[in-house]
Parts: sequence; structure tokens; C-alpha cells
Amino acid sequence: MSDKKEALFSKKNRKLLIDPLNDNNPVTTQVLGICSALAITVQLKPAIVMAISVLVVMSVANVVVSLMRNLIPSRIRIIVQLVVIAALVILVDQVLKAFVYDVSKELSVFVGLIITNCIIMGRLEAFALGNRPWKSFLDGLGNAFGYGWILIAVAFFRELLGAGTLFGYPVLEKMGLYEMGYENNGMMILPPMALITVGIIIWIQRMKNRDLIES
Amino acid sequence: MQELANIFIKSIFIDNMIFAYFLGMCSYLAVSKTVKTSVGMGFAVIFVLGFTIPINYLLENFILKQGALVWLSESFVDVDLGFLSFIMFIAIIASMVQLVEMIVEKFSPALYGSLGIFLPLIAVNCAILGGSLFMQERAYTSIVEATVFGLGSGIGWFLAIVAIAAIREKIRYSHVPAPLRGLGITFIITGLMGIAFMSFMGIKL
Repeated sequence: MSDKKEALFSKKNRKLLIDPLNDNNPVTTQVLGICSALAITVQLKPAIVMAISVLVVMSVANVVVSLMRNLIPSRIRIIVQLVVIAALVILVDQVLKAFVYDVSKELSVFVGLIITNCIIMGRLEAFALGNRPWKSFLDGLGNAFGYGWILIAVAFFRELLGAGTLFGYPVLEKMGLYEMGYENNGMMILPPMALITVGIIIWIQRMKNRDLIES
Repeated sequence: MQELANIFIKSIFIDNMIFAYFLGMCSYLAVSKTVKTSVGMGFAVIFVLGFTIPINYLLENFILKQGALVWLSESFVDVDLGFLSFIMFIAIIASMVQLVEMIVEKFSPALYGSLGIFLPLIAVNCAILGGSLFMQERAYTSIVEATVFGLGSGIGWFLAIVAIAAIREKIRYSHVPAPLRGLGITFIITGLMGIAFMSFMGIKL
């Protein structure tokens, strides 16, 4: 019951929330959740919708699994976790279809693929199965934000450099860059550039924090 | 026949799971350190994709799709269980993986020894669920087409992981800038390989 004495946002709990944003980022350091992350970063809007969906699924799944952690037999835990996640993803999918149908069409199979997003499974296995609900909730939130900002950063550069727009608004055209002879780099829209952009983000991050460098 | 060959080639090269859709990236990055383990993983993926896609195809067409339950009774014409497809597909995949593991263990202990560790990993490999979801979205017309698509996707994934493992084995002897070592350079190489694979675009038989 030591948790009761701990403040809601004690130093340890804040660390759970903030660490995954940079030093322990799920995408660039833990190498999780890359599968569904890269294909939907051509434009900002779907990337943000995806980030929010993962945020919802992840924080709720973490809390649910953390509540059930003493009831789940360890042999069948993977199937139990998959069922929890799949039920939440179905909810998210139905909500997206109802309120933002065009984005939902654009994300196509990738909403469904949140189920096998390794970040969610990974955090459930590594954290929620052994910790209290409030901590698991913070951990889920932190990791989802860490995943979200990478997604949004990649989408920002790809949309800006590839199509010259942000949220569909023609930024570069309004700045008058085209009259000066600037042209969009169509390459940025193609799938391989997402990988290279993430590679560069990893490069910058590891240049700043040399502890992360692999031998 | 030509249609089948077309689907096959297309799913290997043009719609490659890794280079066009980034599916199965997690195991692709984690298991590609040596060629030997990557071959094992690649075979396991071909195996499971080749089994689960036809099963999920039957499920989709005889249970989940709107009006698919007509074979039971005429009154089910308007029933649409499509929203259940995620949970049904993942259940089939998880149980198929378990079943394949048991069958392989029983009949070919040698193969089990080499695939053993990778089989459970496959249940959460996005390429497998992704394959089933693409099958659903593209609405293949027969079970043969769906099977060919599954096998083709698996072979495409196999080629990709073996190629990157071979490159990673060689790159250990080169002077990569320290912050890029390991993960960073693997991402960039995969991107470059993706660009190379794009030259297959538009191929039709």
C-alpha cells in the first residue's frame, strides 16, 4: 500500500510520463510500433488521428490489463491481451467511421493494425502486468505521446517538403517560395522517405544523447 | 491462370509488405541480425500467411460479410458482422500460430528446433494481420486468389528480411558514424531498398 502515500504526480510518476518522450522513446529507442507508424505519415491529419487513436487504446488497455493482472493465468495472457486490445480498437474504429469517415478511409487497414502495434503489446507485457493501474495509465500515456510526436514530426516534414502544405493549407505558396523557383520534392511522399526521415531523427537524437549509441 | 500469376508477382514485388506498407517492421528489425535466424523467421511467416489468409477468407465470405450468412437462412440477408472482423481475424491468427507450432513440433522436430522461438512472435507480427485485412479490403474473388496472395506476400517478406540481414552482416565491417550505428543505418538502408523496389512498379504479366 505504499502507493497510497505517494503523491499523484510524485517524481517517479512524472518520470514515467516524461521518459518515453525522449530518452526512452518507444519508436527510436525501444524499436516498437514502427509497423503501423510509417505508412500513414504522408499528411499531418491522418497522423494526428492515428496518434490520438493509439493514445486512447493504449492508456485504456494499460489500465484494464493492470486491473486484471492478478486474474490472468500467464499461459494464456497473450490471447487475453489481444482480446482487450481488439475490443478497444473496434470501438475506436467505429467512432472514426462515424465522425471522421474520410480520414478513416485514408487510414484503411492501419486502424485495425493498432491491434498488433508492438508498442501496446510491449508495454502491456513489460509494465501493466506488474504495476498498479494509475502508474500503468501514466506509462501508457507517456509512451503514446512519445509515439505520437515522432509520428507528427515525420508527417510534418513529409507534408511540408513533399506537397508544400500543412493540414492541406498551402503554406509555401503563400510564402511566395514557388515564384522564387522552389519546387516540391515529390520523393518525400513516397513510402521509403518515411524510413529515411525516422533514420535522421534517430541520428539527431543519438548525437545529442551519446549514451544511446549502439556498439 | 494469368490473373493468378499477376497477383503473385504483384504481392511479392510491387505491394511488398515491408517496402510498400512497412508491415512486420518490428520483427524485421529485431530478427535481422544474422542471415540464419532471418531465414527461419521468413519461412515461419510464409507458412502462417499461407494458412491464415485462406481461412480468414472463408470466414469473411461465409460469416462476416453483409449477406454472407444466407447459406444458413434467407432471413440473414441484412446481417452485417463486419465490425467483428478484427477480433475474429486475430483469434484465428493466434490459434493458427498455436496449431502450426504443435503440428511442426510433432512431425518435424528439426524444423521446430529452428523455427521454435519465432512462431509465437508471429502472432503479433503486423504483416500477418495486415495480410488478412488487405485480403478483406481488396475483395479477392476466389479462395485460390487469396491463397496465392498470402503466399506471395510471405515470399516478399522473406526476401526483404534475408536481404537486410545479409547487408547488416556486411555493414559491421564498415565505418558507420557512431550515432547511426545499429538502428539508424538499418532504417536508412531499408529506405534505400524500398526506393530500389519501386522500380518494379507497373509490372504486369
